[in-house]
Amino acid sequence: MTKQEALFEYLLRKADDSLILGHRLSEWCGHGPILEEDIAITNIALDLIGQATELYKYAAEVEDKGRDEDDLAFLRIEREYKNVLLVEQTNGDFGKTMIRQLFFDHFEHLLYEELMNSKDERIAAIATKTIKEIKYHIKHSSEWTIRLGDGTEESHNRVQKSVRDLSRFTKELFYQDEVDQILIAEGIIPDVSKFKVEYDKNIKAILDEATLELPNEKWQLDGGRKGVHSEHLGYLLTELQYMQRTYPGMKW
Amino acid sequence: MEKNKIDALNKAFQDKIDNEIKIEPKDYMPDAYRKTLIRQISQHAHSEIVGQLPEANWVTRAPNLRRKAVLLAKIQDEAGHGLYLYSAVETLGADREQTIDDLHEGIAKYSSIFNYPTLTWADMGTVGWLVDGAAIMNQVPLCRCSYGPYARAMVRVCKEESFHQRQGFEVVTQLAKGTPEQKAMAQDSLNRWWWPALMMFGPNDADSTHTAQSMEWKIKRHTNDELRQMFVDATVPQAELIGLTIPDKDLKFNEETGHYDFGEIDWDEFWQVVKGYGPCNEERVAARKKAKEDGLWVREAANAYAEKRAARNKKAS
Repeated sequence: MTKQEALFEYLLRKADDSLILGHRLSEWCGHGPILEEDIAITNIALDLIGQATELYKYAAEVEDKGRDEDDLAFLRIEREYKNVLLVEQTNGDFGKTMIRQLFFDHFEHLLYEELMNSKDERIAAIATKTIKEIKYHIKHSSEWTIRLGDGTEESHNRVQKSVRDLSRFTKELFYQDEVDQILIAEGIIPDVSKFKVEYDKNIKAILDEATLELPNEKWQLDGGRKGVHSEHLGYLLTELQYMQRTYPGMKW
Repeated sequence: MEKNKIDALNKAFQDKIDNEIKIEPKDYMPDAYRKTLIRQISQHAHSEIVGQLPEANWVTRAPNLRRKAVLLAKIQDEAGHGLYLYSAVETLGADREQTIDDLHEGIAKYSSIFNYPTLTWADMGTVGWLVDGAAIMNQVPLCRCSYGPYARAMVRVCKEESFHQRQGFEVVTQLAKGTPEQKAMAQDSLNRWWWPALMMFGPNDADSTHTAQSMEWKIKRHTNDELRQMFVDATVPQAELIGLTIPDKDLKFNEETGHYDFGEIDWDEFWQVVKGYGPCNEERVAARKKAKEDGLWVREAANAYAEKRAARNKKAS
C-alpha cells in the first residue's frame, strides 16, 4: 500500500464517520423533544455534513481518478463505506442519540486535537476548523448525558440501557491497521492507541457524574473499517442514495 | 377602571399607533389588540415549526452534499424563527407550552400550505421559491408592525427568508435547465404548489374577518388581495425567465393596470384545508404531538436535574 492509497482510505473512513452520523442526526429534524434541541441537533448534523464534504473533497483529490466529493458520498456500494459501526446505529430515543454522540465526540475531540498538528497541511487546516465544532458537540452530549443520567428514574434507566447497548461499539473507534501505520510513520495522523486511556477516563468521568455505569462484559464489535457493517447501514444508504441512483449523472 | 379612564388610555394607544410609535410589552394595550397579536404570532410560530416537517421529509434524500447542507441550514433557521416568535408571544403574557397545546388540540392554526405533501425533490425548490416567497410578501410589512417585539423579530426572520427564497429559486432553476426529466419534475411541482401558494394570502378582502381592525392597529399594512397581487406580479416573470409555465389559463398581463390578472382560487379547497381536511393535516399535527409526547421524559429529566442541582448548590453555599 502506498502512502497515497493509505491517505485516501483514511480520509474516506473519517468522511464516512461524519456523513453517516450527520445523516442519522438529520433524521431528528422537526421531531426533537424541545425546540432548542431541534435547533441543536440540526446544527450538529450540519457541522458533520460540512466536515464530511471537506474530507471527501480532499479524498477525491488524493485519489485523482476523476471522482468528486458527491461521487464518493453517494455512489459507492455498501461494502465500500468505511465508517465505524457506532455512527450507523439507529437513533432510538433522544437518550440513545446522546450516548452515541458522547462516545463519538470524546474520541473525535482527542483525535482532532492531534490532527491539528498533522504534517499534512490540508488535514491540519480541516482539523483546526473542525475542533471548534467538536468542542461544542462534546459539551452538548456530555451535559445531556449528565442531565438524563441524573434526572428521573425513567431517564436514568433509559440512558443506562443505551450505554450498555452502545458501549460495545467504542473499541472500534481505536481500530488501526496498515493504513494507520503508514500515516503514523509519516506524521500525518496520531497513534490513537496512545490516548485510549485518556478516552476511557474522560468517558468514565462523565458517566460517573451522570450516575451511569459501563457494563462489565468486555464484548466489542468491529468491521466497519473493512466495510462489514450492521444491517442498519443498507437502509440508510437506500435513502441517502435515492436521487443519485434514480437519476444517474444529473446535476442538482 | 372607570370608563372615561379606559377611553383616554385607548385614545393614547391609538395616537401612538397613528404616530408610528411602537407598542412595547409593558405599555397599555386593549385586550383585543393583545389577543389578536397572541393569535397571529403564535400561529406564525406554529407555522415555522410545522413547516420543518415537509422539508425534513427530504433532508435524508437530498441529492448531493451541498443541497443536504443548505436544506439542513434552512430547517434550522425555521426552528430558530419559531423560537423568536414564541418569545415574542411570551412578551404578551401568553404561555409557550399552552399555545403549543392549542396547536395540538386543533384550536390554534398554522399556515395551511404545510398541509400539502412534498412528493419530489423539486418540491424543495418550489417550497423555497413560492412558499418562502409568499411568506416574505406577508412578512416584510410586519417589520413595521406596531408591536415592537414582533416587528424586531421579523427583521431578522425576513433576512433569512429572503435567503430561503433565493436558494429555492436556484434549486428550481437548476432543474429547469437540466434534463427533460428534471424539467418535468420542476413543472409538475409548480403545478401542484402554485394555487396553494396563492391561498397563503388568505381569503379575499371582502371575506377577511380580521383585516380592517388589524390595519387600523397597524399590525397589518396591506390587505390580503394587495399582497397576493404583489406576489403574482413578482413571481410570473421569474417563472418565465426559467421557462416554466404557471398553471393558470386566465393569467394575463393587464396593460391598463400594469398588473397580472389571474384566475379564481378554488375557495372550496382553501376552506377544506383550513378546516383540517387537507392532504397532510392529520400527519403534521400527529408528528408534532408525537415529538412532544416522546420528549416528555427528556423534559422531565432536565427539570429534575435542574432542581437537584439547585438544591446541591444551596446546600453548598
